[in-house]
Order: sequence, then C-alpha cells, then structure tokens
Amino acid sequence: MANNENIEIKKLTAKDFATDQDVRWCPGCGDYSILAQVQRSFPDIGVPKEKITWISGIGCSSRFPYYMNTYGMHGIHGRAAAIATGLKIARPDLSVWVATGDGDMLSIGGNHFIHTCRKNVDLKILLFNNRIYGLTKGQYSPTSEKGKVTKSTPYGSVDYPFNPVTLALGAEATFVARTIDREPKHMQEMIKRAAEHKGTAFIEIFQNCNIFNDGAFSLLTEKDTKEDHLLYLEHGKPMVFGKEKNKGIKIEGFTPIIIDLNDGEHTVDDVIVHDEFDHSAARTFMLAHLSDNPEMPTPIGIFRQILKPTYNEGIDEQIKRITEKKGKGDLEKVLFSGNTWEVN
Amino acid sequence: MTQANGKKVEQISEVTVMFAGDSGDGMQLTGTQFSDTTAIVGNDLSTLPDYPAEIRAPAGTLYGVSGFQLHFSSKDVHTPGDSPDVLVAMNPAALKVNLKNLKPSAVIIVNSDAFDPKNLKTARYESNPLEDDTLTGHKVFQVPITSLTSNALKDTNLSTKEVQRSKNFFALGLMYWLFNRPLEPTLKWIESKFSKTPQFIDANTKALKSGYYFGEQTELFTTRYTVEPAELPKGIYRNVSGNEAIALGFVAASELCGLPLFLGSYPITPASEILHFLSGYKNFGVKTFQAEDEIAGIASAVGASFGGSLAITTTSGPGMALKTEAMGLAVMTELPLVIINIQRGGPSTGLPTKTEQADLFQAIFGRNGEAPIPVLAASTPSDCFYMSIEAAKIALKYMTPVILLSDGYIANGSEPWRVPRVSELPTFKKEFFTDAETFQPYMRDENLSRPWAVPGTPGLEHRIGGLEKAHITGNVSYDPDNHDFMVRMRANKVKKIQQDLPNLEIDGDKEGELLVLGWGGTFGAITEAVDLARNNGLNVSQAHLKYLNPLPQNTEQVLRGFKKILIPELNLGQLARVLRGEFLIDFESFTKIKGLPFKSSEVYNKISELLGGSNGK
Ligand code: SF4
Repeated sequence: MANNENIEIKKLTAKDFATDQDVRWCPGCGDYSILAQVQRSFPDIGVPKEKITWISGIGCSSRFPYYMNTYGMHGIHGRAAAIATGLKIARPDLSVWVATGDGDMLSIGGNHFIHTCRKNVDLKILLFNNRIYGLTKGQYSPTSEKGKVTKSTPYGSVDYPFNPVTLALGAEATFVARTIDREPKHMQEMIKRAAEHKGTAFIEIFQNCNIFNDGAFSLLTEKDTKEDHLLYLEHGKPMVFGKEKNKGIKIEGFTPIIIDLNDGEHTVDDVIVHDEFDHSAARTFMLAHLSDNPEMPTPIGIFRQILKPTYNEGIDEQIKRITEKKGKGDLEKVLFSGNTWEVN
Repeated sequence: MTQANGKKVEQISEVTVMFAGDSGDGMQLTGTQFSDTTAIVGNDLSTLPDYPAEIRAPAGTLYGVSGFQLHFSSKDVHTPGDSPDVLVAMNPAALKVNLKNLKPSAVIIVNSDAFDPKNLKTARYESNPLEDDTLTGHKVFQVPITSLTSNALKDTNLSTKEVQRSKNFFALGLMYWLFNRPLEPTLKWIESKFSKTPQFIDANTKALKSGYYFGEQTELFTTRYTVEPAELPKGIYRNVSGNEAIALGFVAASELCGLPLFLGSYPITPASEILHFLSGYKNFGVKTFQAEDEIAGIASAVGASFGGSLAITTTSGPGMALKTEAMGLAVMTELPLVIINIQRGGPSTGLPTKTEQADLFQAIFGRNGEAPIPVLAASTPSDCFYMSIEAAKIALKYMTPVILLSDGYIANGSEPWRVPRVSELPTFKKEFFTDAETFQPYMRDENLSRPWAVPGTPGLEHRIGGLEKAHITGNVSYDPDNHDFMVRMRANKVKKIQQDLPNLEIDGDKEGELLVLGWGGTFGAITEAVDLARNNGLNVSQAHLKYLNPLPQNTEQVLRGFKKILIPELNLGQLARVLRGEFLIDFESFTKIKGLPFKSSEVYNKISELLGGSNGK
C-alpha cells in the first residue's frame, strides 16, 4: 500500500465524496440528510478518501455506498457487519464504515451486530432507523412500536420492539450514540466523533421514511413538540431540557424522574451530569431506557464512549508477538516439519 | 525363519490392523503412533480413524467405540484396507462392533481384563464371547492388558486412574513386537509430548516397553511378522491427513501468490481441523477469524478478498447451505475466494463424523440464479495439498470464487507424502490493478477476468455489490440485454478455465470395454479394485476427475472410447447425472451411501460383474 503519511493532502470538500450516480431514494426521505451530513463531515475526519470503505447490506439505507465516492460494497441482506469485519481484519489501515437499517442490522443481521460490538471490531456503524421495512414496501420492523398496523400486520403487530441503543450497550459496543436526520449539525458531530473512536462505533439515526412510516419521529423533530421531548446529552453538562430549559432528570434510587427547576424545591444541582466516559453500565442503561417511557424525553448524543483494545489490533499484536518469538515463517521448514523420514 | 527365543518370524506383504476401544482409551493416539513408526520403517500405508460423534460416550457402550484402521504394505497402498487382519480390542464393545468386519481367521488381541460382567452387559453380550463359540475360526489372544500395565507401573506414584491411561501404550508396545517395529520413534514422541510432566514420560515408557517385552517372553505368541519396506519414489516423507494438507496447501498458496491468507470459519465437523492448523501459522501472517456463524465465515472472507487477501472459508455440508447466498455475492462481485467443503453424511445434520460425496450437485448448482463456480475435488489426503494450491490459482487468475471438495474420509485419513521442495511448486504472483487512467471495475482481460483494485489505491475508488453490474463500468444495471450479456459472460469466464486444466488421464488402454471413472476421495478404493481386476486378467481402464466444473477439455473424448463406463460414487449417482446431461452418454452408476468409504472389493465385484466374467478383450 502506498504510504500517504508524508504527502500533503489537499483538503477535500463534501463534493469530493459525491458520485456520478443518481440518488434514488424517494423525494423527502431522511436518507438524503444522512448522505449530506456524511459528505459534509468527511473532509474533517482526516482520512484520505481512498482509505475509506463503505459496506452495506440490503434495504433503502444500504444503497448508501453507491453515493459515496470512496471504496464500497453493497453486500447481502444482514451481512454488512460480517463483510466489514473481514475487511477490517485484513486491512486495519482502512477506515471501514457500515450503512445499515433496522431490518438489515437488527433483524436478519442481528447476530453479526452483537458479535461485532462484543469483539470491538474497529468499524463505524450508521443504523438508519425508520422503524419500518421500506424497500420491501412497508412491513413492520424490529424497531416498530407494538400494535403497528402495516401490510404484514393488518391487525397490529403483537411483538415488542428493540431499542437499538440498549442492544448496542448490552453487546458492549464501546461507542454508542443517537442522532436524528433533522438535526444536521448534531449528526455531523456524532459522525466526526465516531470517526475518531477506536473500536466499534454505533450511531442510531432516527430517519423518517415519508412513504411508509411518515412522522415516526415527529415529536422529536417538529418545532412545537421537539424541545419538550428531546434531551441533548452533552458531556459534563446537566441533563436539562424543555422549551424553557426548566426540566431536568434526577435519579432517585435507580429511577430517573423529571424535576421542575422552577418549582422552588429543585435546582440544577439536583440534575445528573452526563459523563460519556462512565464505565458503569447501570447509569448508561438507565439513560438508554428513557426513550422507552412515553413520559420521558428521548436522549440524543453520545451515551457511552470507552476505550479498550480492538479485535483487529488483538489479531495483529498476536501475529507480531508470535512472529518475534518463532521468527518469520519459512514455508519449506513447515512442509518438512513433524515426523519425516527419507526413502533412498 | 526362527529367532533365538524359538519364535517364528513370518514375512508378509500387507496387513490391515484395527485398534479399537472406548473413546477414552486413546486409540486414535495409538493408531497414529503405530502409523508414524510404520511409515518410518518404510512401508506404504493408509489410515482411517473412525470415532463416534459423541465426545465421551459412556464407557463400554457400543456407540462409544473409537477405532483406528491402518493398512500397511511392502507394495503400493491406496486404501485403509477393506477388512482388518488384526484387531486389537480394548473392551467387549470394541470386539462386538468390529467382529463382523474382520477377515476370516483374523488375529484378535483382546484386553481380557475388560471382559467383566459389567462391560459384557453394556456391550449387550449375553455370554462371554471369549468363552463361547463367538470367535471360532479366529486366532484369539487373551492378554490381561489392564493388570499387566498396573503391574508394570506399580512403582510409580500415579493414581489407579492415571495408570489405566497408560494401557494403550502397553497395547502399542505389544503390536510393535508383533510386527517387528522399533520403539524409538514413540519413545521420542513420549518425551517431547510429556516434557512438562516427567511422571508420565516414565509411566508411558514403562508401559510401552512392558508391552513389547511381554510379546517377547510370553508363550502366547509363537509368531511375529515382518513387512518389508515398500518401493516408494526417493525423497523425504511425512504422514499427512487431508485436513492438514489443505492447511499447508493454503499457507503455501499464500506464499506463492504473495498475498496474505485470511480464513473466515465457523467450527464444524469434519472441517474444524483446518481452522485449528491455520490458527497456528501466525508467523506466516495468517489471519484466522472464528466467526459467529457460517454466514459470517464466508462474508468476512468476501470482505477480506475485497481488501486484497487470499481469502478462504472452510466448512461442511450444512455450512455450505448457509454460505450459499454469499457465494452468489462473490460470483457477482467477481472476487477471488476459495470455499472448502469437507463433505460428510447428509442431509441436514446427517452423519457428522461419517463420509459421503453427496454435495456435488450443491457445489455445481446450489445457488440462486445462474451462478457458476468452478469446482475441484481432491482425491487423496496428500492431493489435498496440491488441489488447494490449484484452487487458489484459479480463484486469483479468474477473479472467481472456487469450491474445493474434500470429504471426511480423506480429511481424517492419512498417507505418506513425499514432501515437495518449494521450488517444485508453481508461483502465481498476483498484481493489483493501480492505473487510474484506464480503470473500469468490470473491464476484462483476455481470460475474461476483471481487475482487482483494492481499497487504499488512490484514484480507483469504486463500488461493487450484489446487484447486476453493467459491463465495463460496473454500475448498477437493470437493462435486460446487459443482464443476458453478463450472465453469459460469467458462465463463459468459468468455462474458460478449461484452458488451464490438465487433460483427464487414462490409466490403461485408451479404448475398450470398460472405464471406471471416479472423482474425489474414492480414488484409493477404485485404484485398488482396478489393480486387482487387472491382476485377475480383466481389461479395465481407470480415470479420475479432479476438476468437476468445468470438466477437462478431453473428457468427452475419453468417455467415448469405452463401451461401458462405471461411475462409483458415495451418493445416488450425482456425477453420472452431471455427465449424462453434459454429453448424453449413459453410465453404469454404482452407488453406496452408508457413511462409509467404498471397499475395493465392492468396486472390484462390480467391475467383474460388468465384464461378465470375461476379461473384457
Ligand atoms: S421507502 Fe422510505 S426509507 Fe426507502 S427511500 Fe423511500 S422514503 Fe426512504
């Protein structure tokens, strides 16, 4: 591989990451925003574009690689994380990104997802969560709310949804974040932070499918409701939200409650302060579960970022150590090893 | 010839020995040691381990019997032998399971201590076979192996249980005496194996030697045997199993093509050993990924291939089924990849530890859409080495997934292998495409192969995937004419591989009454059967297919030279159907599907039946 370290790289722009392919998502689809935010943030992540590879599975989200002028592979349904894992192990020098959806990654690809997180493979996973199957024309997905009426559930779905953030945390992903298609600046920040992270970085992106599940996130995106329902997680800042910035999250025992900062009894000192680097799973889980409670705001931002050696590093270090110990492999020696005898 | 101690020495040309006992009795180890020593003495040999699917079945049960069969000779050996001449049975169950398969008047050495009421009952013997007429006609030697071993080890500080673990070395020592083999190779092995536990070096050495001296001194045995060295081509030899040969083959292929080796795999019997072996070759830069499932095994390999590795995945039938969709992706993205299927008894979970050749259709046809994949099949344990290199060579040159078939029989079986020098192996350095000026992802060279441009190459950024590709540009295309063109292009590309294949060779006359045509791991049994037929004056030719898709160029010509063609297969006639479809030639399909390899006598009988007792002239 060429060594680019000493070469002065001309700063790229968002345009450099666009391809000549027509973007074929439905007009108004939240995927457009995700594409735009990725293209806008990539010039800042400091990786030359030939070193970036996008891998996807199947679904609307998985068309993403075709629109990014980097290396890319549109894979098969559910297997993006596994393909990307092989690529990253083989080529640790690359920055490997995965574009996937709630059906692709959490249903058919669920196994690969949890094991990628568990192993801490150095991949950046963007999960476009629209809570519906788009490309197959509107069946409910593993993130659809219970009771969802769709073509495959005309009387309402009877199963419970996954919360992708708790799933990622439970599988020990080392970077877990959430953002929304309608929060461009926030999304860009999340993307850049994920790019910097070493290890499995998972971002759940609430994405509106205006054809099959329009308005799924409207409480969080519309002006009049948004501020009372969204909680921005910011490291070192108290968890305050609401139109008047008058509500806060307090923890009582193991239970989060909402307190009114203007009720004369509480002050901002009662509100918990967000710590992205908190190793204790309990608090992070509590935060992740807030969105499952209709009374509570939905947090966006980084839930957790911890550092531990990655899977691919582990493999490389082992190879290095064993090679130092045994010396570089000698094919002829290995062929002639073991119990040999000579026939004259 | 008679020795000083009054014992006769009889020279024989070949023997088949079966070591059998409980799965905890160490029979595989005993058999392997006997094989290694026998190889060093210079005999040609072939082995077949046969172990139960259960890891540690309850002691003494019929289904818990583990066996190791070994055929050695002063002549060429192609199979582990149809029926044993000698059985070493460590308990009643081992005797019962193997008895029906023994040659008439075989030598049976039993551990008589193990024939107690409890073991007899567990083995479902109503009376003691050593006392009734069950064994009439055989030469039975009752040796109290358990108590003799305890006696030999009474001065050690080992527990009774630990002492008992050495009894297989006693049996091995006795067999070394009986067949006139040296103890040194095993003594050396014991020393290195147990270097961290000297008490076991001492115990196993004592047990081995006691067994040997027991043979020397006891009056039970009046005859011992020698088998003269075989005439093998000159060179350095080692024993190799098919799975080990595949691992070595890909380590070699990686060096020969100059690309790092990546294996994505999920454990499955009988393929896991390849993962084990390759995981040990870290200092060759081999990267092994034990994936979360079969699909991730192949998907990760597709990813690694995209990144520029020599990527492989290993599995067996059920795993092949799961990998099918990803194989299609490799076909569409035209990435090099080798998929190795160590076939076992199917369908479904089937017979995991048994052998079969029933995945040929699956390999050639088993994908959605027109998804041609070259299919190769190894014929013997050591051939696995060369076919692995072949598979890698084809995958890289033609930018295609390749399926390499082996089976449980040659995977676990072993044979002496004349180890090649690296200089005898082909080199096939593969260059990545780097020219940004001319690059198009789906342009093609004279072999219809597309360029391999790996991530990290500036200016060649491109996207591939499972949607149909436009010719040259590789853009997604739904154009009907383009699809038709690309389907034919992929088929033609695979067809083109024919140009590199060696011709199908005929052993024997080029034309005649009968050709026996085989493929894969049945090579040994067919060869022995054909040899026997010729010794009996029958005129029969033999050919063996190692390339199943595409077929060698001269295949039809070879087939047309014979009035009858016999195709023995361990399935219901899959190759016969493939060839019938291809050439409209009819075949005599001879099939067996018992989870067991062919016996050469079975193939021989079929040959002589087809030749109607005449010599075919
Ligand atoms: S179906 Fe929904 S998710 Fe798919 S492109 Fe259309 S709007 Fe977007």
